[in-house]
Amino acid sequence: MSKEELEKKSMASLIRIATSWYDQMKAGEVPSISLPTRTKYNIEFDDTSEVWKYGDRESMRTAASAKSATHLLKMAYVIGFVKQQLLENRSSTLREMYYISEGWKRAKFGAQEESNFLIEDLEIISEVPREGFHLHPEENGASIYGPMKIREETRRGMRAIHCQDDVGQAGYTIPNNVENIEFVDHDAKFVIALETGGMYDRLIENGFDEEYNAILVHLKGQPARSTRRMLNKISSTWNLPVLVFTDGDPWSYRIFASVAYGAIKSAHMSEMLATPKAQFLGLQPSDIRDYNLPSDKLTEKDVEALNAELTDPRFSTEYWKKQINLQIELGLKSEQQAFAARGLDFVTKKYLPARLTDMGVI
Amino acid sequence: MVLADELAKQQRSISVAEFFEKNKHLLGFDSPTRGVITTIKEAVDNALDACEEAQVLPDIFISIKKISNEIFRIIVEDNGPGIVPAQVPFVFGKLLYGSRFHQIRQSRGQQGIGISAAVLYAQLTSGIPTIVISRTGPKESAYKCEIQIKIETNEPDIVSEQPFEWDRIHGTRVQIEFKSTMSAKKKLLEYLKYTSIVNPHARFRVELDDEAFTFDRVSHEIITCPVAIQPHPHGIEFGQLKRMAEASNAKLSDFLVESFSRVGKKIALDICERAGLTSTVKVKGLTAVQLKALLGAMQAVTVPAPPTTQCLSPIGEELIRRGLDKEFHMDFVAARTRPSSVFSGHPFMVEAAIGYGGKLPVEGNAIVLRFANRVPLMYQQGACAITSCISNVNWKSYNISQQALPMGPILILVHVASTNVPFTSESKDAIASIPEIEKEIVLALQDLGRDLKLFVSRRDKNKVAEDRARAVCAIIPEIAAKVSEIVEKPLVDTSPIEGKLMRKLIAKKWTRDGKVTIELSNYTTHEGEIAIYDISYDNATDAFPKADFVSELDGQFTKVWKAIIPPQTAWQVSYTGKGGGLLEIRGIDDNKKMVVDLDV
Repeated sequence: MSKEELEKKSMASLIRIATSWYDQMKAGEVPSISLPTRTKYNIEFDDTSEVWKYGDRESMRTAASAKSATHLLKMAYVIGFVKQQLLENRSSTLREMYYISEGWKRAKFGAQEESNFLIEDLEIISEVPREGFHLHPEENGASIYGPMKIREETRRGMRAIHCQDDVGQAGYTIPNNVENIEFVDHDAKFVIALETGGMYDRLIENGFDEEYNAILVHLKGQPARSTRRMLNKISSTWNLPVLVFTDGDPWSYRIFASVAYGAIKSAHMSEMLATPKAQFLGLQPSDIRDYNLPSDKLTEKDVEALNAELTDPRFSTEYWKKQINLQIELGLKSEQQAFAARGLDFVTKKYLPARLTDMGVI
Repeated sequence: MVLADELAKQQRSISVAEFFEKNKHLLGFDSPTRGVITTIKEAVDNALDACEEAQVLPDIFISIKKISNEIFRIIVEDNGPGIVPAQVPFVFGKLLYGSRFHQIRQSRGQQGIGISAAVLYAQLTSGIPTIVISRTGPKESAYKCEIQIKIETNEPDIVSEQPFEWDRIHGTRVQIEFKSTMSAKKKLLEYLKYTSIVNPHARFRVELDDEAFTFDRVSHEIITCPVAIQPHPHGIEFGQLKRMAEASNAKLSDFLVESFSRVGKKIALDICERAGLTSTVKVKGLTAVQLKALLGAMQAVTVPAPPTTQCLSPIGEELIRRGLDKEFHMDFVAARTRPSSVFSGHPFMVEAAIGYGGKLPVEGNAIVLRFANRVPLMYQQGACAITSCISNVNWKSYNISQQALPMGPILILVHVASTNVPFTSESKDAIASIPEIEKEIVLALQDLGRDLKLFVSRRDKNKVAEDRARAVCAIIPEIAAKVSEIVEKPLVDTSPIEGKLMRKLIAKKWTRDGKVTIELSNYTTHEGEIAIYDISYDNATDAFPKADFVSELDGQFTKVWKAIIPPQTAWQVSYTGKGGGLLEIRGIDDNKKMVVDLDV
């Protein structure tokens, strides 16, 4: 979808929401809106797109109590604000919108979280990502390093960038709006997405990208939307395998899940943000055992999180059940940098080649 | 010499004064901080009791001043009947001397230990004699004396005495100086506050060093002094019976009828028969064995409960509410005075009150105020039967959270009045666990719990209705304005939604561009005349339509309009002003109207 098409679609759907409220009130009805329930109990696997999306459960918000009415009022103000922004071809960050709402009297936001949540609601109802509202998040995306060439439409004109030759040793920074990137060419065999900066740097320093023709993506913990969109686009444009390499603890598995299947918070955008073909590389609970890695004991919270994952539909595969149950049994977790205990080259010379061969990637 | 002789040399009687010198904690003088509170408590108790007996409204002045490093001067002055000079040394200088010990009626002080214990404490810590000034009436001159206690003999030691020029017509003033600290200041003020709640007819003026406080009276009714009653056959012990019998010249049946309450001829004969004694025998000559049989018979026979109305003096539901209202500002107060009852022959009565909301702290345990015979109990809350009763009530069934004590913005007051309050110890801090009393406390609290539940649920219901009114009358019009602007269509009218949802007479007030508008929309079938009261700082001289009546008080204007608003129509007034204030609608049922200030 081009930028113009997206803007047209977003304007149309916003006006459609406002019109439906207008018509409701004109008919003497209390304005209302229905939204899918946003919990893990209401996400379903979509066979055609192979991602997890919101299910049929909906909750109705009717302006019959002060709380719900205020929610609708805030939504109306945001719609008015976005409409103005689109008309004037301007954009703002979520944080800026939060500050702008200071002037909205009764409709002003109590906290930034509230405005973020409301924007997600609007994305769901309008089926337009927030880039279409000219709203972008505060945080910048993570970095990428590897044999690929892109063209980015920046505010200072078009730039062609090779992600090994034209960048510093930290790599190319993924912009907020990935839609402005054109994927020109590549010489890669696969993509490895890494949770920690330490491992990302280790792989670059050891020349892993050149030796194996790998694109390295630093996720920076729980990946931002732009990072996930980037992975989604690389995967779909060039049809490259995407492998996710994180720490070996329950919180890191959720990082993988949000890359591969989408996050519960943004299940409405899964088709754009998730990379269904992404595979989990490690660190697997079985690696802790097989490589006898230095490890920590699982805390109560960790065990709780692991048990929660056993009921999460995104983890309901044989592979995950086996790994999670094994981890609970071991009672241990390890960080990906624990491989350093076997020497700095161990991860690039031994572990990754072995694991990638196992997975049939090389 | 045998050992027993040795020991006999050391064996001698101990004076009460000597005993208490070594056991100060029994009387509430275990620490210097507590000493202040106990002293003031005893003096105030005496003052209130005296005023009650003299039927005057108590005016009590209390002063605490630091004299030197550790010595504090405490003065308590009342407008009671005064004490005749001959009695003063005994009242203040002899432990266990008092007028109320042998009487069966509700009174604050009972044993006559309290104030003389303070005199003793002063003597022990500072060595300064206590100064008492008292005057019994306008014709008598006041009398001043300095007193100490002879510890070995428990007799008063008058250091000096002389007539005194005093501006009070009647009353008593005590000045005691002892070693203490002011770290209990908060507790002291709390004690006075609580005392003032259960003595709504009294006024207290307090000077703490340089600070002055007043706890004013809310009632000008002099409380009737409880009248002493005769002992009840069920509430008597052997020693007392023996003493009474020895002092009597009557025949047994007459003795029973005359000396005990609720004993008539028939019951007297029944007792004689059960005891195996003839009714005509002189009681004076009865042997110990016979008296024991008599006591057994008295306790076994069924006797109506003792009369309670004259010997007890409950505060009353109305005065408890007013007393609490004065010191705590709460949204809800309810009080209960239970019917009087009896334990082991002693009449007693339970009063309780519950307060909710307002300025009470929202977090933590409920505030518990315990009283016995109108005296606040300040210590040993955990050991008191009142506390355990409060914890034993299932507050959760009244929608109040509970962790032993109920939690939240709640205040609980319990007052136990009796001719003989059963305390756990002589310092009179906690009420002993007596099943009859506990049962009455729990019943009173459960009753109050139901009242509170009703209040809270009504308030919540109103909250939901108000919440809805706010949504419909204030927020939906704003949604309409914004949405109409977005879709670029004429402003959609939301009054049909209002009518459909509310079915009420809705009064709205709003301020825009320096103009105040009040609009009443009648969505009911009501047709009568409505009065609109608008109280604010706006004088509304340019109102259209003109107000039917305007009055001013302290810069606030009350504007009244009268209007007939037929069903499904609206009425409007506007004037120049800033808005705010209060809007009230009269002439229509409360549940058929709703007032919404759109500026809030």
